[in-house]
Amino acid sequence: MIRVESLSVSFGRVQAVREVPFHVAPGEAFGLVGESGSGKSTVLGAIAGLIQDWSGTISVAGQPQGRRRDKAFHKRLQMVFQDPYGALHPRHVVDRIVGEPAAIHGLDEVGARVEKALGEVGLGPAFRYRYPHQLSGGQRQRVAIARALILEPEILLLDEPTSALDVSVQAEVLNLLARLRAERGLTYILVSHDLAVIAHMCDRLAVMRDGRVVEEMGVEELRAGAPREAYTRRLLAASRGYDRAAAEGFESTT
Amino acid sequence: MKALDDRSAGSFSAGPRAWLMAEAAGSRRQARLGRWYAAWLVFRRNPLAVTGLAIVCGLIVVALVAPWLAGHSPIEQNLQARLLPPGGGHWLGTDALGRDIFARLVHGARITLLIVALVAAIAAPVGLIMGCSAGYFGGWVDAVLMRITDVFLAFPRLILALAFVAALGPGIENAILAIAITAWPPYARIARAETITIRTSGFIQAARLQGASASRILVGHVVPLTSSSVIVRVTLDMAGVILTAAGLGFLGLGAQPPVAEWGAMIAAGRQFMLDQWWVAAAPGLAILVVSLGFNLLGDGLRDVLDPKHG
Repeated sequence: MIRVESLSVSFGRVQAVREVPFHVAPGEAFGLVGESGSGKSTVLGAIAGLIQDWSGTISVAGQPQGRRRDKAFHKRLQMVFQDPYGALHPRHVVDRIVGEPAAIHGLDEVGARVEKALGEVGLGPAFRYRYPHQLSGGQRQRVAIARALILEPEILLLDEPTSALDVSVQAEVLNLLARLRAERGLTYILVSHDLAVIAHMCDRLAVMRDGRVVEEMGVEELRAGAPREAYTRRLLAASRGYDRAAAEGFESTT
Repeated sequence: MKALDDRSAGSFSAGPRAWLMAEAAGSRRQARLGRWYAAWLVFRRNPLAVTGLAIVCGLIVVALVAPWLAGHSPIEQNLQARLLPPGGGHWLGTDALGRDIFARLVHGARITLLIVALVAAIAAPVGLIMGCSAGYFGGWVDAVLMRITDVFLAFPRLILALAFVAALGPGIENAILAIAITAWPPYARIARAETITIRTSGFIQAARLQGASASRILVGHVVPLTSSSVIVRVTLDMAGVILTAAGLGFLGLGAQPPVAEWGAMIAAGRQFMLDQWWVAAAPGLAILVVSLGFNLLGDGLRDVLDPKHG
Protein backbone atom coordinates (compact mmCIF):
# COMPACT_ATOMS: atom_id res chain seq x y z
CA MET A 1 0.00 0.00 0.00
CA ILE A 2 2.79 2.37 0.93
CA ARG A 3 6.33 1.86 -0.23
CA VAL A 4 9.12 4.18 0.87
CA GLU A 5 12.64 3.78 -0.49
CA SER A 6 15.76 5.70 0.52
CA LEU A 7 13.70 8.63 1.76
CA SER A 8 15.85 11.55 2.87
CA VAL A 9 14.68 14.89 4.22
CA SER A 10 16.87 17.80 5.16
CA PHE A 11 15.99 21.16 6.67
CA GLY A 12 18.82 23.44 5.66
CA ARG A 13 21.99 21.74 6.85
CA VAL A 14 20.20 19.40 9.25
CA GLN A 15 19.55 15.99 7.77
CA ALA A 16 16.38 14.92 9.56
CA VAL A 17 15.76 11.64 7.71
CA ARG A 18 18.48 9.55 6.04
CA GLU A 19 17.77 6.84 3.48
CA VAL A 20 14.73 5.41 5.22
CA PRO A 21 13.12 2.34 3.58
CA PHE A 22 9.93 0.57 4.61
CA HIS A 23 6.75 -0.79 3.12
CA VAL A 24 3.29 -1.22 4.55
CA ALA A 25 0.88 -3.86 3.26
CA PRO A 26 -2.84 -3.06 2.77
CA GLY A 27 -4.74 -3.34 6.03
CA GLU A 28 -1.57 -3.42 8.07
CA ALA A 29 -0.75 -1.21 11.04
CA PHE A 30 2.85 -0.12 10.91
CA GLY A 31 4.56 1.60 13.81
CA LEU A 32 7.39 4.11 13.71
CA VAL A 33 9.01 4.47 17.08
CA GLY A 34 11.90 6.55 18.32
CA GLU A 35 12.83 9.34 20.67
CA SER A 36 12.15 13.02 20.02
CA GLY A 37 14.06 14.30 17.02
CA SER A 38 14.59 10.88 15.49
CA GLY A 39 12.78 11.99 12.35
CA LYS A 40 9.69 9.81 12.66
CA SER A 41 7.16 12.64 12.34
CA THR A 42 9.14 14.06 9.42
CA VAL A 43 8.68 10.75 7.58
CA LEU A 44 4.90 11.11 8.00
CA GLY A 45 5.05 14.73 6.80
CA ALA A 46 6.90 13.69 3.67
CA ILE A 47 4.43 10.87 2.93
CA ALA A 48 1.48 13.22 3.45
CA GLY A 49 3.04 15.85 1.20
CA LEU A 50 3.22 18.48 3.94
CA ILE A 51 7.01 18.56 3.69
CA GLN A 52 8.29 19.39 0.23
CA ASP A 53 12.05 18.99 0.42
CA TRP A 54 12.51 15.25 0.32
CA SER A 55 14.32 12.90 -2.00
CA GLY A 56 13.90 9.20 -2.65
CA THR A 57 10.77 7.29 -3.62
CA ILE A 58 7.34 7.40 -2.01
CA SER A 59 4.58 5.41 -3.63
CA VAL A 60 1.05 5.15 -2.31
CA ALA A 61 -1.30 2.45 -3.65
CA GLY A 62 1.20 1.71 -6.39
CA GLN A 63 1.42 5.29 -7.59
CA PRO A 64 4.75 7.11 -7.22
CA GLN A 65 4.19 10.51 -5.61
CA GLY A 66 5.81 13.80 -6.53
CA ARG A 67 6.04 17.09 -4.65
CA ARG A 68 2.40 17.98 -5.31
CA ARG A 69 -0.48 15.66 -4.56
CA ASP A 70 -3.77 15.42 -6.42
CA LYS A 71 -7.29 15.23 -5.02
CA ALA A 72 -7.46 11.46 -5.38
CA PHE A 73 -4.40 11.20 -3.12
CA HIS A 74 -6.05 13.34 -0.45
CA LYS A 75 -9.19 11.24 -0.61
CA ARG A 76 -7.15 8.07 -0.12
CA LEU A 77 -4.83 9.24 2.65
CA GLN A 78 -5.66 11.33 5.73
CA MET A 79 -3.82 12.19 8.89
CA VAL A 80 -4.48 12.74 12.60
CA PHE A 81 -2.15 15.22 14.25
CA GLN A 82 -0.38 15.10 17.57
CA ASP A 83 -1.76 18.22 19.22
CA PRO A 84 -5.56 18.19 19.36
CA TYR A 85 -5.49 21.78 20.63
CA GLY A 86 -3.80 23.15 17.52
CA ALA A 87 -5.37 20.82 14.98
CA LEU A 88 -8.88 22.29 15.04
CA HIS A 89 -9.69 25.79 13.76
CA PRO A 90 -10.65 27.83 16.85
CA ARG A 91 -13.36 29.81 15.04
CA HIS A 92 -15.03 26.90 13.24
CA VAL A 93 -17.74 24.77 14.81
CA VAL A 94 -17.35 20.99 14.77
CA ASP A 95 -19.88 20.79 11.93
CA ARG A 96 -17.69 22.92 9.70
CA ILE A 97 -14.41 21.29 10.78
CA VAL A 98 -15.67 17.80 9.97
CA GLY A 99 -17.66 18.87 6.91
CA GLU A 100 -14.88 20.90 5.30
CA PRO A 101 -13.10 17.95 3.58
CA ALA A 102 -16.42 16.78 2.13
CA ALA A 103 -17.13 20.31 0.88
CA ILE A 104 -13.66 20.56 -0.68
CA HIS A 105 -14.14 17.30 -2.53
CA GLY A 106 -17.64 18.27 -3.61
CA LEU A 107 -19.36 15.34 -1.94
CA ASP A 108 -23.14 15.36 -1.65
CA GLU A 109 -25.19 15.32 1.57
CA VAL A 110 -22.43 16.82 3.67
CA GLY A 111 -24.75 17.17 6.69
CA ALA A 112 -25.59 13.47 6.79
CA ARG A 113 -21.94 12.52 6.34
CA VAL A 114 -20.91 14.77 9.22
CA GLU A 115 -23.51 13.21 11.48
CA LYS A 116 -22.39 9.71 10.51
CA ALA A 117 -18.68 10.48 11.00
CA LEU A 118 -19.35 12.01 14.42
CA GLY A 119 -21.42 9.00 15.39
CA GLU A 120 -18.60 6.64 14.43
CA VAL A 121 -16.17 8.35 16.78
CA GLY A 122 -18.73 8.36 19.60
CA LEU A 123 -19.77 12.00 19.54
CA GLY A 124 -23.52 12.60 19.63
CA PRO A 125 -25.43 15.34 17.77
CA ALA A 126 -25.05 17.62 20.82
CA PHE A 127 -21.41 18.15 19.83
CA ARG A 128 -22.12 19.13 16.26
CA TYR A 129 -22.34 22.89 16.71
CA ARG A 130 -19.75 23.39 19.41
CA TYR A 131 -16.51 25.29 19.12
CA PRO A 132 -13.24 23.49 19.92
CA HIS A 133 -12.82 25.50 23.13
CA GLN A 134 -16.01 23.84 24.41
CA LEU A 135 -14.45 20.37 24.04
CA SER A 136 -11.99 18.34 26.11
CA GLY A 137 -8.71 17.07 24.66
CA GLY A 138 -10.11 13.60 24.02
CA GLN A 139 -13.24 15.00 22.35
CA ARG A 140 -11.08 17.21 20.15
CA GLN A 141 -9.03 14.25 19.04
CA ARG A 142 -12.27 12.39 18.23
CA VAL A 143 -13.33 15.33 16.10
CA ALA A 144 -9.95 15.22 14.34
CA ILE A 145 -10.44 11.50 13.68
CA ALA A 146 -13.97 12.13 12.35
CA ARG A 147 -12.54 14.81 10.04
CA ALA A 148 -9.98 12.32 8.75
CA LEU A 149 -12.64 9.64 8.26
CA ILE A 150 -15.28 11.65 6.41
CA LEU A 151 -13.51 11.21 3.06
CA GLU A 152 -13.50 7.45 3.72
CA PRO A 153 -9.75 7.10 3.20
CA GLU A 154 -7.91 3.79 2.95
CA ILE A 155 -4.82 5.03 4.80
CA LEU A 156 -4.62 6.93 8.05
CA LEU A 157 -1.36 8.50 9.22
CA LEU A 158 -1.36 8.90 12.99
CA ASP A 159 1.23 11.31 14.38
CA GLU A 160 1.42 10.62 18.14
CA PRO A 161 -2.39 10.72 18.31
CA THR A 162 -2.54 10.23 22.07
CA SER A 163 0.62 11.76 23.49
CA ALA A 164 -1.13 15.03 24.41
CA LEU A 165 -3.96 13.26 26.23
CA ASP A 166 -4.54 11.92 29.75
CA VAL A 167 -3.69 8.25 30.25
CA SER A 168 -7.34 7.21 30.65
CA VAL A 169 -8.38 9.10 27.53
CA GLN A 170 -5.39 7.68 25.63
CA ALA A 171 -6.77 4.17 26.02
CA GLU A 172 -10.22 5.27 24.79
CA VAL A 173 -8.81 6.93 21.69
CA LEU A 174 -6.49 3.99 20.92
CA ASN A 175 -9.36 1.53 21.27
CA LEU A 176 -11.46 3.71 18.98
CA LEU A 177 -8.67 3.71 16.38
CA ALA A 178 -8.25 -0.06 16.69
CA ARG A 179 -12.01 -0.59 16.24
CA LEU A 180 -12.16 1.67 13.19
CA ARG A 181 -9.29 -0.20 11.58
CA ALA A 182 -10.99 -3.53 12.19
CA GLU A 183 -14.31 -2.27 10.80
CA ARG A 184 -12.98 -0.50 7.74
CA GLY A 185 -9.83 -2.41 6.94
CA LEU A 186 -7.77 0.77 7.19
CA THR A 187 -4.03 0.87 6.76
CA TYR A 188 -2.27 2.73 9.59
CA ILE A 189 1.13 4.26 10.00
CA LEU A 190 1.38 5.14 13.67
CA VAL A 191 4.19 7.32 14.97
CA SER A 192 4.87 7.19 18.68
CA HIS A 193 7.63 7.40 21.23
CA ASP A 194 5.68 4.99 23.39
CA LEU A 195 6.46 1.32 22.76
CA ALA A 196 3.38 0.26 24.74
CA VAL A 197 1.14 2.17 22.30
CA ILE A 198 2.93 0.63 19.32
CA ALA A 199 2.69 -2.86 20.81
CA HIS A 200 -1.05 -2.34 21.40
CA MET A 201 -1.85 -1.02 17.94
CA CYS A 202 0.61 -2.33 15.37
CA ASP A 203 1.51 -5.49 13.49
CA ARG A 204 5.04 -4.44 12.59
CA LEU A 205 7.28 -1.58 13.59
CA ALA A 206 10.48 0.20 12.66
CA VAL A 207 12.73 1.79 15.25
CA MET A 208 14.25 5.10 14.22
CA ARG A 209 17.26 6.90 15.61
CA ASP A 210 18.96 10.02 14.25
CA GLY A 211 16.99 9.86 11.03
CA ARG A 212 17.79 6.20 10.28
CA VAL A 213 15.82 3.00 10.72
CA VAL A 214 17.93 0.92 13.09
CA GLU A 215 15.63 -2.10 13.28
CA GLU A 216 12.43 -3.42 11.77
CA MET A 217 10.50 -6.23 13.40
CA GLY A 218 7.15 -7.83 14.07
CA VAL A 219 5.28 -6.88 17.19
CA GLU A 220 5.59 -10.45 18.57
CA GLU A 221 9.34 -10.05 18.75
CA LEU A 222 8.81 -6.81 20.67
CA ARG A 223 6.35 -8.45 23.04
CA ALA A 224 8.80 -11.32 23.56
CA GLY A 225 11.34 -8.69 24.51
CA ALA A 226 13.87 -9.93 22.00
CA PRO A 227 14.92 -7.02 19.79
CA ARG A 228 18.25 -7.51 18.04
CA GLU A 229 19.53 -3.95 18.40
CA ALA A 230 20.88 -2.65 21.69
CA TYR A 231 19.17 0.69 21.12
CA THR A 232 15.75 -0.96 20.84
CA ARG A 233 16.38 -2.95 24.00
CA ARG A 234 17.24 0.26 25.81
CA LEU A 235 14.10 1.95 24.48
CA LEU A 236 12.07 -1.03 25.65
CA ALA A 237 13.68 -0.96 29.08
CA ALA A 238 13.05 2.76 29.32
CA SER A 239 9.38 2.38 28.47
CA ARG A 240 8.98 -0.32 31.11
CA GLY A 241 11.11 1.35 33.74
CA TYR A 242 9.06 4.51 33.53
CA ASP A 243 6.10 2.98 35.32
CA ARG A 244 5.87 -0.76 35.03
CA ALA A 245 2.47 -1.15 36.64
CA ALA A 246 0.85 1.49 34.46
CA ALA A 247 2.38 0.08 31.29
CA GLU A 248 1.12 -3.41 32.05
CA GLY A 249 -2.28 -2.15 33.13
CA PHE A 250 -2.49 -0.34 29.83
CA GLU A 251 -1.83 -3.50 27.88
CA SER A 252 -4.45 -5.42 29.83
CA THR A 253 -7.19 -3.05 28.63
CA THR A 254 -6.92 -4.47 25.11
CA MET B 1 -37.21 13.42 23.89
CA LYS B 2 -38.60 16.66 22.52
CA ALA B 3 -38.28 18.33 25.90
CA LEU B 4 -34.71 17.11 26.21
CA ASP B 5 -33.87 18.50 22.78
CA ASP B 6 -35.35 21.83 23.73
CA ARG B 7 -33.27 22.05 26.85
CA SER B 8 -29.96 20.99 25.36
CA ALA B 9 -30.31 22.96 22.14
CA GLY B 10 -31.84 25.96 23.89
CA SER B 11 -35.30 26.45 22.44
CA PHE B 12 -35.99 29.96 21.21
CA SER B 13 -39.34 30.02 23.03
CA ALA B 14 -37.43 29.80 26.33
CA GLY B 15 -36.17 33.31 25.59
CA PRO B 16 -33.49 34.63 23.23
CA ARG B 17 -30.94 34.75 26.03
CA ALA B 18 -31.25 31.04 26.81
CA TRP B 19 -31.10 30.33 23.08
CA LEU B 20 -27.90 32.31 22.71
CA MET B 21 -26.25 30.83 25.80
CA ALA B 22 -27.17 27.22 24.94
CA GLU B 23 -24.36 24.78 25.70
CA ALA B 24 -25.09 22.83 22.52
CA ALA B 25 -26.23 25.01 19.64
CA GLY B 26 -28.64 23.59 17.08
CA SER B 27 -27.18 25.25 13.98
CA ARG B 28 -24.07 27.05 12.78
CA ARG B 29 -25.96 30.34 12.95
CA GLN B 30 -26.96 29.80 16.55
CA ALA B 31 -23.39 28.86 17.47
CA ARG B 32 -22.01 31.99 15.79
CA LEU B 33 -24.60 34.30 17.33
CA GLY B 34 -23.92 32.69 20.69
CA ARG B 35 -20.21 33.47 20.33
CA TRP B 36 -21.02 37.08 19.43
CA TYR B 37 -23.39 37.35 22.38
CA ALA B 38 -20.67 36.07 24.72
CA ALA B 39 -18.32 38.70 23.27
CA TRP B 40 -20.98 41.38 23.78
CA LEU B 41 -21.32 40.37 27.44
CA VAL B 42 -17.57 40.96 27.85
CA PHE B 43 -17.73 44.22 25.89
CA ARG B 44 -20.67 45.46 27.97
CA ARG B 45 -18.67 45.23 31.18
CA ASN B 46 -16.39 48.05 29.98
CA PRO B 47 -18.26 51.38 30.42
CA LEU B 48 -15.72 53.38 28.38
CA ALA B 49 -16.08 51.01 25.44
CA VAL B 50 -19.87 51.28 25.64
CA THR B 51 -19.48 55.09 25.65
CA GLY B 52 -17.34 54.83 22.52
CA LEU B 53 -19.92 52.60 20.85
CA ALA B 54 -22.66 55.08 21.78
CA ILE B 55 -20.70 57.97 20.24
CA VAL B 56 -20.08 56.07 17.01
CA CYS B 57 -23.75 54.97 16.84
CA GLY B 58 -24.72 58.60 17.53
CA LEU B 59 -22.58 59.76 14.61
CA ILE B 60 -24.28 57.24 12.33
CA VAL B 61 -27.78 58.27 13.47
CA VAL B 62 -27.00 61.99 13.08
CA ALA B 63 -25.60 61.39 9.59
CA LEU B 64 -28.71 59.41 8.61
CA VAL B 65 -31.27 61.96 9.80
CA ALA B 66 -29.18 65.09 9.07
CA PRO B 67 -31.72 66.90 6.83
CA TRP B 68 -34.50 66.52 9.41
CA LEU B 69 -32.27 67.30 12.41
CA ALA B 70 -30.54 70.37 10.99
CA GLY B 71 -33.47 72.81 10.87
CA HIS B 72 -31.57 75.13 8.52
CA SER B 73 -29.88 74.64 5.20
CA PRO B 74 -26.15 74.01 5.62
CA ILE B 75 -25.22 76.08 2.55
CA GLU B 76 -27.80 78.85 2.42
CA GLN B 77 -26.13 82.20 3.11
CA ASN B 78 -27.64 85.13 4.97
CA LEU B 79 -25.27 88.06 5.17
CA GLN B 80 -27.59 89.96 7.51
CA ALA B 81 -27.07 87.22 10.12
CA ARG B 82 -23.25 86.90 10.07
CA LEU B 83 -21.35 85.60 13.08
CA LEU B 84 -24.33 85.45 15.41
CA PRO B 85 -23.51 84.00 18.85
CA PRO B 86 -25.13 80.73 19.95
CA GLY B 87 -28.76 80.94 21.08
CA GLY B 88 -32.04 82.10 19.67
CA GLY B 89 -32.80 80.76 16.18
CA HIS B 90 -29.28 79.37 15.75
CA TRP B 91 -28.27 76.89 18.47
CA LEU B 92 -24.56 77.15 17.75
CA GLY B 93 -24.58 80.55 16.10
CA THR B 94 -23.71 81.36 12.50
CA ASP B 95 -20.48 81.60 10.54
CA ALA B 96 -18.95 84.41 8.46
CA LEU B 97 -21.49 83.89 5.65
CA GLY B 98 -24.50 83.67 7.98
CA ARG B 99 -24.86 79.89 7.66
CA ASP B 100 -26.22 77.97 10.64
CA ILE B 101 -23.28 76.20 12.31
CA PHE B 102 -25.42 73.45 13.85
CA ALA B 103 -26.83 72.58 10.42
CA ARG B 104 -23.33 72.51 8.94
CA LEU B 105 -22.07 70.39 11.84
CA VAL B 106 -24.87 67.86 11.37
CA HIS B 107 -24.31 67.66 7.61
CA GLY B 108 -20.56 67.44 8.22
CA ALA B 109 -21.21 64.22 10.12
CA ARG B 110 -22.23 62.68 6.78
CA ILE B 111 -18.90 63.66 5.20
CA THR B 112 -16.95 62.33 8.20
CA LEU B 113 -18.85 59.06 8.21
CA LEU B 114 -18.38 58.71 4.45
CA ILE B 115 -14.62 59.20 4.80
CA VAL B 116 -14.34 56.77 7.71
CA ALA B 117 -16.49 54.10 6.04
CA LEU B 118 -14.81 54.28 2.66
CA VAL B 119 -11.28 54.34 4.07
CA ALA B 120 -12.10 51.28 6.19
CA ALA B 121 -13.78 49.54 3.25
CA ILE B 122 -10.76 50.12 0.99
CA ALA B 123 -7.78 49.89 3.34
CA ALA B 124 -8.78 46.94 5.54
CA PRO B 125 -9.44 44.40 2.74
CA VAL B 126 -6.33 45.51 0.81
CA GLY B 127 -4.19 45.19 3.93
CA LEU B 128 -5.70 41.79 4.79
CA ILE B 129 -5.20 40.38 1.30
CA MET B 130 -1.63 41.66 1.01
CA GLY B 131 -0.62 40.60 4.52
CA CYS B 132 -2.28 37.19 4.57
CA SER B 133 -0.95 36.28 1.11
CA ALA B 134 2.58 37.43 2.01
CA GLY B 135 2.54 35.52 5.29
CA TYR B 136 0.96 32.35 3.90
CA PHE B 137 3.00 31.91 0.73
CA GLY B 138 6.31 33.23 2.09
CA GLY B 139 9.35 33.21 -0.19
CA TRP B 140 9.40 35.62 -3.10
CA VAL B 141 5.67 36.44 -2.84
CA ASP B 142 6.32 37.65 0.70
CA ALA B 143 9.41 39.61 -0.38
CA VAL B 144 7.64 41.38 -3.23
CA LEU B 145 4.43 42.20 -1.34
CA MET B 146 6.21 43.41 1.77
CA ARG B 147 8.64 45.61 -0.19
CA ILE B 148 5.62 47.24 -1.84
CA THR B 149 4.16 47.70 1.63
CA ASP B 150 7.43 49.21 2.85
CA VAL B 151 7.38 51.74 0.01
CA PHE B 152 3.94 52.96 1.09
CA LEU B 153 4.92 52.80 4.75
CA ALA B 154 7.95 55.00 4.13
CA PHE B 155 5.86 58.07 3.31
CA PRO B 156 4.48 60.27 6.06
CA ARG B 157 0.73 59.91 5.79
CA LEU B 158 -0.31 63.56 5.48
CA ILE B 159 2.52 64.36 3.07
CA LEU B 160 1.63 61.48 0.72
CA ALA B 161 -2.04 62.42 0.97
CA LEU B 162 -1.07 65.99 0.08
CA ALA B 163 0.92 64.77 -2.90
CA PHE B 164 -1.96 62.61 -4.14
CA VAL B 165 -4.49 65.38 -3.72
CA ALA B 166 -2.14 67.83 -5.43
CA ALA B 167 -1.73 65.40 -8.34
CA LEU B 168 -5.39 64.32 -8.62
CA GLY B 169 -6.92 67.66 -7.69
CA PRO B 170 -8.62 68.68 -4.45
CA GLY B 171 -11.92 67.07 -3.51
CA ILE B 172 -13.44 64.67 -1.05
CA GLU B 173 -13.07 61.59 -3.29
CA ASN B 174 -9.39 62.19 -3.84
CA ALA B 175 -8.88 62.86 -0.14
CA ILE B 176 -10.51 59.51 0.67
CA LEU B 177 -8.38 57.72 -1.93
CA ALA B 178 -5.22 59.39 -0.65
CA ILE B 179 -5.96 58.46 2.96
CA ALA B 180 -6.87 54.87 2.03
CA ILE B 181 -3.65 54.45 0.06
CA THR B 182 -1.60 55.52 3.06
CA ALA B 183 -3.68 53.61 5.61
CA TRP B 184 -3.37 49.97 4.50
CA PRO B 185 0.34 49.14 5.06
CA PRO B 186 0.09 48.73 8.87
CA TYR B 187 -2.85 46.34 8.36
CA ALA B 188 -0.79 44.29 5.93
CA ARG B 189 2.00 44.06 8.51
CA ILE B 190 -0.36 42.94 11.28
CA ALA B 191 -2.08 40.41 9.02
CA ARG B 192 1.27 39.02 7.86
CA ALA B 193 2.62 38.64 11.39
CA GLU B 194 -0.53 36.82 12.53
CA THR B 195 -0.57 34.64 9.43
CA ILE B 196 3.01 33.53 10.04
CA THR B 197 2.15 32.41 13.56
CA ILE B 198 -0.79 30.27 12.36
CA ARG B 199 0.69 29.09 9.05
CA THR B 200 2.33 26.03 10.60
CA SER B 201 -0.52 25.18 12.97
CA GLY B 202 -2.27 21.84 12.77
CA PHE B 203 -5.55 23.10 11.35
CA ILE B 204 -3.82 24.74 8.37
CA GLN B 205 -1.83 21.55 7.70
CA ALA B 206 -5.04 19.57 8.01
CA ALA B 207 -6.72 21.84 5.46
CA ARG B 208 -3.79 21.38 3.07
CA LEU B 209 -3.97 17.64 3.56
CA GLN B 210 -7.67 17.71 2.70
CA GLY B 211 -6.70 19.16 -0.66
CA ALA B 212 -7.98 22.69 0.02
CA SER B 213 -6.79 25.30 -2.46
CA ALA B 214 -4.61 28.16 -1.27
CA SER B 215 -7.43 30.67 -1.79
CA ARG B 216 -9.83 28.52 0.24
CA ILE B 217 -7.33 28.25 3.10
CA LEU B 218 -6.66 32.00 3.00
CA VAL B 219 -10.30 33.08 2.91
CA GLY B 220 -11.84 30.36 5.06
CA HIS B 221 -9.12 29.64 7.59
CA VAL B 222 -6.52 32.42 7.77
CA VAL B 223 -8.56 35.60 7.31
CA PRO B 224 -11.12 34.82 10.06
CA LEU B 225 -8.26 34.60 12.56
CA THR B 226 -6.30 37.63 11.36
CA SER B 227 -9.26 39.92 10.76
CA SER B 228 -10.02 40.57 14.43
CA SER B 229 -6.67 42.27 15.10
CA VAL B 230 -7.04 44.23 11.88
CA ILE B 231 -10.57 45.33 12.85
CA VAL B 232 -9.25 46.56 16.20
CA ARG B 233 -6.42 48.42 14.51
CA VAL B 234 -8.75 49.95 11.90
CA THR B 235 -11.10 51.20 14.62
CA LEU B 236 -8.21 52.72 16.55
CA ASP B 237 -6.91 54.33 13.33
CA MET B 238 -10.25 55.95 12.55
CA ALA B 239 -9.45 58.86 14.89
CA GLY B 240 -6.30 59.46 12.86
CA VAL B 241 -8.25 59.20 9.61
CA ILE B 242 -10.76 61.78 10.80
CA LEU B 243 -7.92 64.09 11.82
CA THR B 244 -6.14 63.62 8.50
CA ALA B 245 -9.35 64.32 6.59
CA ALA B 246 -9.93 67.40 8.74
CA GLY B 247 -6.33 68.42 8.16
CA LEU B 248 -6.75 68.14 4.39
CA GLY B 249 -10.02 70.09 4.69
CA PHE B 250 -8.25 72.69 6.82
CA LEU B 251 -5.62 73.12 4.11
CA GLY B 252 -8.36 73.45 1.49
CA LEU B 253 -7.48 70.12 -0.16
CA GLY B 254 -10.37 68.02 1.13
CA ALA B 255 -14.06 68.69 0.68
CA GLN B 256 -14.59 71.84 -1.39
CA PRO B 257 -16.89 74.76 -0.46
CA PRO B 258 -19.74 75.04 0.05
CA VAL B 259 -19.84 71.42 1.34
CA ALA B 260 -19.86 71.38 5.13
CA GLU B 261 -16.73 69.60 6.34
CA TRP B 262 -15.46 69.92 9.89
CA GLY B 263 -11.81 70.62 9.04
CA ALA B 264 -12.75 73.29 6.50
CA MET B 265 -15.15 74.81 9.03
CA ILE B 266 -12.30 75.20 11.53
CA ALA B 267 -10.15 76.76 8.83
CA ALA B 268 -12.91 79.27 8.10
CA GLY B 269 -13.38 80.02 11.79
CA ARG B 270 -9.67 80.59 12.38
CA GLN B 271 -9.92 84.26 11.44
CA PHE B 272 -12.51 84.93 14.13
CA MET B 273 -10.98 82.69 16.79
CA LEU B 274 -10.74 85.34 19.52
CA ASP B 275 -13.98 87.29 19.04
CA GLN B 276 -16.31 84.63 17.61
CA TRP B 277 -14.81 81.50 19.18
CA TRP B 278 -17.87 79.32 18.52
CA VAL B 279 -17.27 79.26 14.78
CA ALA B 280 -14.12 77.15 15.16
CA ALA B 281 -14.92 75.56 18.54
CA ALA B 282 -18.08 73.71 17.46
CA PRO B 283 -16.49 71.64 14.65
CA GLY B 284 -13.33 71.23 16.73
CA LEU B 285 -15.36 69.75 19.55
CA ALA B 286 -17.17 67.47 17.10
CA ILE B 287 -13.86 66.14 15.78
CA LEU B 288 -12.62 65.62 19.33
CA VAL B 289 -15.73 63.72 20.46
CA VAL B 290 -15.93 61.47 17.40
CA SER B 291 -12.19 60.68 17.46
CA LEU B 292 -12.44 59.87 21.15
CA GLY B 293 -15.45 57.66 20.45
CA PHE B 294 -13.56 55.59 17.87
CA ASN B 295 -10.56 55.25 20.19
CA LEU B 296 -12.69 54.07 23.11
CA LEU B 297 -14.54 51.64 20.86
CA GLY B 298 -11.25 50.30 19.50
CA ASP B 299 -9.89 49.76 23.00
CA GLY B 300 -13.03 47.90 24.00
CA LEU B 301 -12.94 45.76 20.85
CA ARG B 302 -9.32 44.86 21.54
CA ASP B 303 -10.28 43.50 24.95
CA VAL B 304 -12.97 41.35 23.35
CA LEU B 305 -11.28 40.26 20.12
CA ASP B 306 -7.65 39.89 21.15
CA PRO B 307 -6.97 36.19 20.61
CA LYS B 308 -4.56 36.17 23.55
CA HIS B 309 -7.47 36.90 25.87
CA GLY B 310 -10.26 35.30 23.84
